[in-house]
Amino acid sequence: MRKIGYIAAATAMLMTVGTAAIGQADEPKNGGTLVIGSTQKARHLNPAVQSGIATAVPGTQIFATPLRFNDKWEAQPYLAESWSVADDGKSITLKLRENAKFHDGEPITSEDVAFSLQTVKENHPFKSMFAPVTGVDTPDPLTAVINFDKPHPAAFLAMSSALLPIIPKHVYGDGQDPKSHPANNAPVGSGPFKFVEFKPGEYIILEKNPDYFIEGRPYLDRIIIKNYKDPTSVALAMDTEEINMYPFLAPTKDIARLKKNDKLIVTDKGYEAVGPVNWLAFNTKNEYLKDKRVRQAIAYAMDRDFVINALLAGQSKAATGPIVPGSPFYADNAEKYDVDLDKANALLDDAGFARGDEDMRFKLTIDYIPGSAELQKGVAEYLKSQLKKVGIDVELRASPDFPTWAKRVGGHDFDMSMDIVFNWGDPVIGVHRTYLCDNIKKGVIWSNTQSYCNEEVDKLLNEAGSELDQEKRVALYKEAQEIIVDDAPLVYINVLPYHTAYNKQIGNPPLTIWGAMSPLDEVYIK
Amino acid sequence: MRMTFMVVRRLLHAFLLILAVLVLNFLLIHLAPGDPADVIAGEMGGATEEMLADIRKNYGLDKPVYVQLGVYLGRALQGDLGQSFFYNAPVLELVAGRAGATILLVTTALMFAIIVGTLLGVLASHKPKGIVSGLVTLLSVVGYSAPIFWTGMMLVILFAWVYPIFPIANMYDITKGGGFFSRAIDILYHLVLPAITLGIVYLAQYARLTRASMLEILGSDYIRTARAKGVSEIKVYGHHALRNAILPVVTIAGLQFGSIISGAVLVETVFSWPGLGTLAFDAILARDYPTILGILFFSSVLVIVANLITDFVYRLVDPRIRKEG
Repeated sequence: MRKIGYIAAATAMLMTVGTAAIGQADEPKNGGTLVIGSTQKARHLNPAVQSGIATAVPGTQIFATPLRFNDKWEAQPYLAESWSVADDGKSITLKLRENAKFHDGEPITSEDVAFSLQTVKENHPFKSMFAPVTGVDTPDPLTAVINFDKPHPAAFLAMSSALLPIIPKHVYGDGQDPKSHPANNAPVGSGPFKFVEFKPGEYIILEKNPDYFIEGRPYLDRIIIKNYKDPTSVALAMDTEEINMYPFLAPTKDIARLKKNDKLIVTDKGYEAVGPVNWLAFNTKNEYLKDKRVRQAIAYAMDRDFVINALLAGQSKAATGPIVPGSPFYADNAEKYDVDLDKANALLDDAGFARGDEDMRFKLTIDYIPGSAELQKGVAEYLKSQLKKVGIDVELRASPDFPTWAKRVGGHDFDMSMDIVFNWGDPVIGVHRTYLCDNIKKGVIWSNTQSYCNEEVDKLLNEAGSELDQEKRVALYKEAQEIIVDDAPLVYINVLPYHTAYNKQIGNPPLTIWGAMSPLDEVYIK
Repeated sequence: MRMTFMVVRRLLHAFLLILAVLVLNFLLIHLAPGDPADVIAGEMGGATEEMLADIRKNYGLDKPVYVQLGVYLGRALQGDLGQSFFYNAPVLELVAGRAGATILLVTTALMFAIIVGTLLGVLASHKPKGIVSGLVTLLSVVGYSAPIFWTGMMLVILFAWVYPIFPIANMYDITKGGGFFSRAIDILYHLVLPAITLGIVYLAQYARLTRASMLEILGSDYIRTARAKGVSEIKVYGHHALRNAILPVVTIAGLQFGSIISGAVLVETVFSWPGLGTLAFDAILARDYPTILGILFFSSVLVIVANLITDFVYRLVDPRIRKEG
């Protein structure tokens, strides 16, 4: 048996993670209310059947998961106090805590783990998370053995945050469809906070779970998540201290403004796992864009520094490949496509597209997601003017709302489109989908809508997906990324400028790789 | 007999009107590209083909539009507005949960507009060339021409930054406990800015309208007679002139009920007011057909009821109509 984790002194360890990050020596205090502002509206509160930030933030408070992660991408004990991987890599054994109970007093058993995993596998949109799972054995109430048909290292991240909430079988096992189960609006979990009230589109109220399985936690009495119409109102609410935390803050003007408020701390830490990338996608079936040289030329025509420093006020980091910097799998070796208009022109000449009427070579359109103007429309407009310089006549195609855009891009009815796609922790979950040949699925947004297919990349990604040795895995991903970046089915622009703004009164803010999408059981009010 | 006939005809009209509203809206919504499955996939950060097909099947979106329309109307006539596509809740519950906030906002704004607008109009008519009259006219023009969301945002900036006196979002502070009374006070406190924003457009119109009709009436024979027989000026204005001058205001206010509800969508959006407007806005973006239709259904009922009330009020303030029956 190869041991990956061990019965660590969980409490002590987690404490150091939280406090060391900001270097505070204050003693945590009990009591107080954390009020989180958000524009994201939760459909319901059960992350087992609903991904996305809106459900994940409350969901990770209500439901505990087998594992949690610190800020160094290291798995930590949570509901599972220890775990081990079989020598052939085809099973993971979880040892559950003895004292863990659901909010209704029922004990958590391995049956619940098996049931939750089955529910997630069947209903969660991220199919790759548990696709290799063949079943879960439950030799005793505190032991769950997850079996795979091949080694599956992605399972570790997939067992944390909101991805594998342990839901009670005695509530959800009643035969109703878990996607529309009434308990999704008033869930029973086992996390640090219990459900109190949910007003769709307005607010969510949670209160301290006094029987939480980690002694002495959580510190807060209540968490309230308030919905606001737009980011500006959330930022104003931070100023007026109506709320004391604003995660997933993205408009650069608001970031810059809140940074000036000396009662607040604004940080971009806590978004390493979610890894949101802003990019320009090519339809590689397009008559011009099917030529790699054309795609590379477009990549060379974009000045990433200008986008980040001028358009995004320097509040965002560069993205240079499929996996975000900050992930252990980030490829620093791949081509960066630093702006070079001569090279771009040369590549286009080489591809045989000479300049014709009005000095233009050909025409293309750019779509963009409506609603986040700064990251999408703004960059698209910049690209239009920039590409004109290399002889590509670009027309911006606006969509009135998200479904319109999704229909176009999902339906492969586009030349180029700005897009935002999340890494979601392990590359198997959020990265593979964009590049695998068998994921070219018309009508499905955020599948391989570029119609990009390279068998070598497929082979490397699949191999990396079942490589348990971290070093070898990193090497495989680096190699795959190098090829992808050279093939240029996308132009990587920047990591979304997600920030968390919080009042200085808040102790132990959520700064692990999952940020606010992790249990806030260490947070306290000073 | 004639009265019953009239009531029946009225109700029948109202029913047909609502039916037409439902059918038209249903068709309009389905004309928009993209469907709820795309939105749900977007919300989830991705989905598989099977999942999208599953969502469409669950919501009946795989059937032809006319079949969907038939099913919807059949259920709606039985009082079942369906399940929201976006939220995990019945539409009726969502709409009922939000309707109170919108009705409160709209009626407060309307009352504010009618009372203050009429008073300003009367004040302005007293000295039609005076400073007050000039100010009222200026205010009316500004109030009427400024877009409602702009007024709202200016008030937000003013009261969030410059003078942080009033809350700028939500209907009440959920972090505050307290009983019914303190919650009511808190709601009124939160209501001030949205009600002023929504009311100010209509206030301007009513002020101008009152001013104009007051001026017309003040020049008429019976006012001169009243003055000649020594009736006090206050009584001339209040009893003789205003009662006649207010008729057009009542008519307009009744007619405008529909537009004030649509104005509420903008105001609710600016102030995160948890009413039907914000729900409608989100529902449209999410292509949440049942919720959109439910809101439209409810607001058309509201407008029709408001028109009936207007008729009634009209009878109350104008004895001539009352007598004619």
